[in-house]
Amino acid sequence: MNTSSLSVSKFLYNWILMFVVWLGFTTSLAPAELITGAVVSLIVVAMTAKYLNCCGLDIFLPNKLFYISKYIGVFTIALIKSNIDVAKRVLSPALPINPGIVQIETKLTNEFAKMVLANTITLTPGTLTVDMVGNTYYIHWIDVTSEDPIEAHKEIAKQFEDILLKIFK
Amino acid sequence: MMEILEYIGYAFVLIGGIFLFLGSLGIYRMPDVYNRLQAGTKASTMGAMSTIMGVGLIQPEWFFKTLIIVIFIAIANPLSSHALGRGAYRASLTPFMKKKMDAYDKEFHQNKED
Repeated sequence: MNTSSLSVSKFLYNWILMFVVWLGFTTSLAPAELITGAVVSLIVVAMTAKYLNCCGLDIFLPNKLFYISKYIGVFTIALIKSNIDVAKRVLSPALPINPGIVQIETKLTNEFAKMVLANTITLTPGTLTVDMVGNTYYIHWIDVTSEDPIEAHKEIAKQFEDILLKIFK
Repeated sequence: MMEILEYIGYAFVLIGGIFLFLGSLGIYRMPDVYNRLQAGTKASTMGAMSTIMGVGLIQPEWFFKTLIIVIFIAIANPLSSHALGRGAYRASLTPFMKKKMDAYDKEFHQNKED
């Protein structure tokens, strides 16, 4: 795909996204609402298009939608697990923590995908992304089991990275 | 049917409240800013998301609005905790460690000399 058709696809994607947000907020299918929503979201996207370059229309392909829903499922389970983990640590009188900062490398190249992975790592059990330099994440880990970047990567990021690699080539 | 949905909503609100409480307990008990952020971020994300989803289930006409708020929280909460953690390190707050394991130390000092 050349750059201009790519940017058209991004524009349309953002327009659809904004329109869906509008639908969610108004929860009405009256024609006047729909037309106003289309116009307002068009104006918003026209003003902000240069900042919104995460994905294009190809995100609506069925196999990508499948991986996105899989990601949301895996993420929700990780979020619940991490909360049970926090609860266990906080409620145990000995406060079982062994914190440290480890580094891991990611194979992802897309900037948006890297941001999603960093946010996911922050919300998964016992890890918090402190900084990201190029392809390296620096992660504060509440209970370090391995300082080796490859081992740490396997434990912290692998399951999410595999799915993200399928969504963002 | 509506009543069942309402009770599920109340259960969500209750679970959210419990996790918010545990998060604040974590902020009180943890030894340093990074561990506090860990407890605070996870618990407040899940707590707020669950509470707001619960409100959406009790009032079904608000459901899509609450869903959008939940998505915003899922994006904004980890971002802000990341910014706080990075800011704390840059303000030279040394992380509490039982045994020194700090891979960020080297990178940080390289940047400082630039």
